[in-house]
Parts: sequence; structure tokens; C-alpha cells
Amino acid sequence: MFRTVAELVEIAEKENILISEVMIRQEMDVKNCTRDEVFADMEKNLEVMEQAIEDSLEGVESVTGLTGGDAVRIQTYMKEQTPLSGNLLLDAVSKAMGTNEVNAAMGTICATPTAGSAGCVPGTLFAVKNQLNPTREQMIRYLFTAGAFGFVVANNAFISGAAGGCQAEVGSAGAMASAAIVEMAGGTPQQSADAFAITLKNMLGLVCDPVAGLVEVPCVKRNAAGSSLAIVSADMALAGVTSRIPCDEVIGAMYRIGKQMPSSLRETGEGGLADTPTGRLLKEKIFGMSV
Amino acid sequence: MKYNSVFDIIGPVMIGPSSSHTAGAARIGLAARNFLGKEPKWARIHLYESFAKTYKGHGTDFALAGGLLGFETDDPRMSKALDIAKERGLEIEFVEDSAKVDHPNTARLMIGNEDENIELVGISIGGGKVEITELNGFELRLSGTHPAILIMHNDRFGAIASVTKILAKYEINIGHMEVNRKDVGKEALMVIEVDQNVDDAVLKELENADHIIQISKIVS
Repeated sequence: MFRTVAELVEIAEKENILISEVMIRQEMDVKNCTRDEVFADMEKNLEVMEQAIEDSLEGVESVTGLTGGDAVRIQTYMKEQTPLSGNLLLDAVSKAMGTNEVNAAMGTICATPTAGSAGCVPGTLFAVKNQLNPTREQMIRYLFTAGAFGFVVANNAFISGAAGGCQAEVGSAGAMASAAIVEMAGGTPQQSADAFAITLKNMLGLVCDPVAGLVEVPCVKRNAAGSSLAIVSADMALAGVTSRIPCDEVIGAMYRIGKQMPSSLRETGEGGLADTPTGRLLKEKIFGMSV
Repeated sequence: MKYNSVFDIIGPVMIGPSSSHTAGAARIGLAARNFLGKEPKWARIHLYESFAKTYKGHGTDFALAGGLLGFETDDPRMSKALDIAKERGLEIEFVEDSAKVDHPNTARLMIGNEDENIELVGISIGGGKVEITELNGFELRLSGTHPAILIMHNDRFGAIASVTKILAKYEINIGHMEVNRKDVGKEALMVIEVDQNVDDAVLKELENADHIIQISKIVS
């Protein structure tokens, strides 16, 4: 069983297999089940992700009215104008936000690694898909690659905002997506690790400060940040840019930073954006109580 | 390792909005229901730190209720669980507790019916994964997602061996096991996580093993 990204990359290189394959073999071993069973289970997750994106492009709105409709807004803009940041990037942003709009509206999603950060992995997958034309198997492998990196983070640091801030959620999710994009684009396991490290480095210190304690503001738009950064980092790694700080050390830094974060900035809805005049006003409006 | 499957990371499929506060809370509720072995009639739930501060926004309240009603994380009835609980005659009280706890997402559930009750502490560690850290005053560490056998026994030599011998005979593999006692020679709790659900015939035989007081099982 791999414990670190270094071990994960080493296994993949030594056996000349993909990161996704390392994860698949380990899962077969842990669960004592066949390759077909493991693939079938992951395909179910893929179907949920696909459905959530489809739902979001029909337009959804949360109960509070704080979020919803932005995924559609961006898709319309892409059709009518030429986005400055490019179609692929903005498509990923729209689909990532859409997934989280569905989540905020209490729709069905697949946590990757959490619900608050559920947009980054599927958002990038269904955007990159249009350019790379992957097979269904490659799309399922994308999720195993993302999962392999998330597995290391979850076991060595944390993946919840309450434990480590948003860097642990959207930071991890965006970084997982970067690593998966690299593999799908034909990069090496080490390039996946570099892309992961570059994304996570740029998410370090990000706090979890949801307005009114709801997974809406700023969570939906943070998935836009996570997914766009994921694509940029993947491109950087594929171009040969490496991370000066090794991946596992970046995860270690994320862990220590999270440990130093005060509770008010770890999903309590007490600090940061939640504690702005508008944030407090929204809370009062939603729950009908003063804060 | 806290997480051992890729599906802890990519998954679960769930009703939003939060994996820790909604999906994890539902799983803690479900674990409590499994320990009781039937649907509770009442529940008193203490919420701590992040759970206490944000449970309304995250739907932690309806998720805990959903778990107590036996709902899985992706049950479409989840957001209506508080109403459904009322219809089914399950009374739930939530308490925002300011006591200091080890994990920010902690819930203490006291649930029961006319005849029996249990008290359980669960933590939601991220991505929908939970751990049960206390049961009826005994500290333990249980995922709540594997089948398990809980054995109250007298703290005497041979009690554990007599149990494991029976499990070995039926070729039941132990995934995780721990033993806790309140004091030397007093009541103790054996917690055994296994890979497959255990037949009642095996439980019957375990009941007759040396120094055993009471046995219950959790199916998954």
C-alpha cells in the first residue's frame, strides 16, 4: 500500500504502469474484488457526476437563493463571445461551479474528495474531454488517478474544511484534478505529481469561511478557482515545469498550516467572509436571527 | 491508515451540501440506529464546534435524523428527514454544546425506545468518512461501515481467546479488534470488525463462550 506520493510514483515507474493502475490494483487487493467490480463502482460515480453537470446546465437555484444560475450564465457567454481565458478553461469553470450549484441546491453529487469541493474533478474532466476525446475507460481512470493523490492527502493531512480549511478541500480537489489531467493528456507519473504540487502550493493558506455556515458563498466560486488552477498547473507540468518543493512536502506544509488555523477559519462560519458586514447580513436574513 | 479505499476519496454519492456535515452526519445517525438494532423513539443529540455552529446551514440536523431513520447518504428523502421522523413518531432534540472536544465535527447521540437506550459519540473526519469513538461510556474506534460484533464480557483471562476461537472455526476474518474495560476485573467491551456479516448461529455460540454477558452485532 502506498503512503506517499513518492511511493506512488515509484511503483508506477518501476512497474511501468499508470498512476490509475496502481490505485486500481490496490483497491482490488484491499476489497478483494475483481477489476470489473472496481471499474463498475467507479463508473457509477462518473454517471452521478455527469448527471449533476447536466442538471446544472438546465439551471438550478439553492433554497436560500444565494447560489445558482452562474454555470448557465458562463455557458451563454461562451456561445455569444470569445472568452479571454479560453473555451476549455471556462468550460471547466462553468461545469465545476455547476456541480457545486447542484450540491448547494441539495441535489445528488459525488463527493470528490468532499461535497464542498465536488466540482473540481468532474468540471475539469468534462471540459478536457472535449479536446482529448478519451475513451470511457480513460474517463474512469481519471477518477482513479485523482483518487490516488487524494488518498495520500487524506491519510497524511486532511480533506475537510473543518479540520484544515479550504486548502484541504478545494486545494486537494484542484490538485487531484491537475494530476488526473496530466495522465489523461499522456504525461508521466512524475509530471502528475508536479502538477499536483503546483496547484496545492497555490492554494496553501486558503481558509474555510462560509457565509452563514452554508456550502454556497464562497464555496461555489472557489471551485472555479480550483478547476482553472488545475488546468494551468497541468499545462505547466506537461511543459516540463517542475515543483521545487516535492509533492509530499507540500502536503506536509498544508497539514501544518491547517493545524495553525484558528477554529474561526475552519468551517465554523465565524471568520473571514462570513464575518463581513454583508456576510453577517445574509446570515441574519436567512436564519432570521442576529449574530 | 484512516482511509483505505479510493471510494472514500471519490465518493460517496450523496445529497448535498456537505460531506462532513451532511453525509458524515447521516452515517453517524445510521451507526447509532444499527447499535440500537431498531428504529429509536427518541433522540437527544449534542453537537460540538463546527457541527454546533453550522448544523442548520449544512443540514446536519436532517442528515442525523435521516441516519436514525435508516437512510443511506444518497437517499432522496434526506432533506425531508425531520418531517418524516415526526410522522414516524421519532422525537429528536438538538443541543448546541460548547464543551471542548478533540475533533471539530463531533456529535454525541443518546437514542432509545421504551425498553433500551444507547449513547454514542461519532466524529465526521472528512469526505463523508466517520468514526465511532465512544459507546456507552467505552472508548473505541470503529468505522461504522463494516459489520461488527460487540461483546460485553467480564474482564477475565480466556474471554478473548474463547471468542476468537469460535470466529476462527467459522473462518471469519477479523479486520480490527479492540478491548476496553472500565476497571480491572469489571465489565469490558470487545469490539470486533469483520469482513462479512455474521450469522445468528455464530452469535448464539458466542453467547455461550466463557465470561460473556451480552452480544450485539452491526450489519452493513
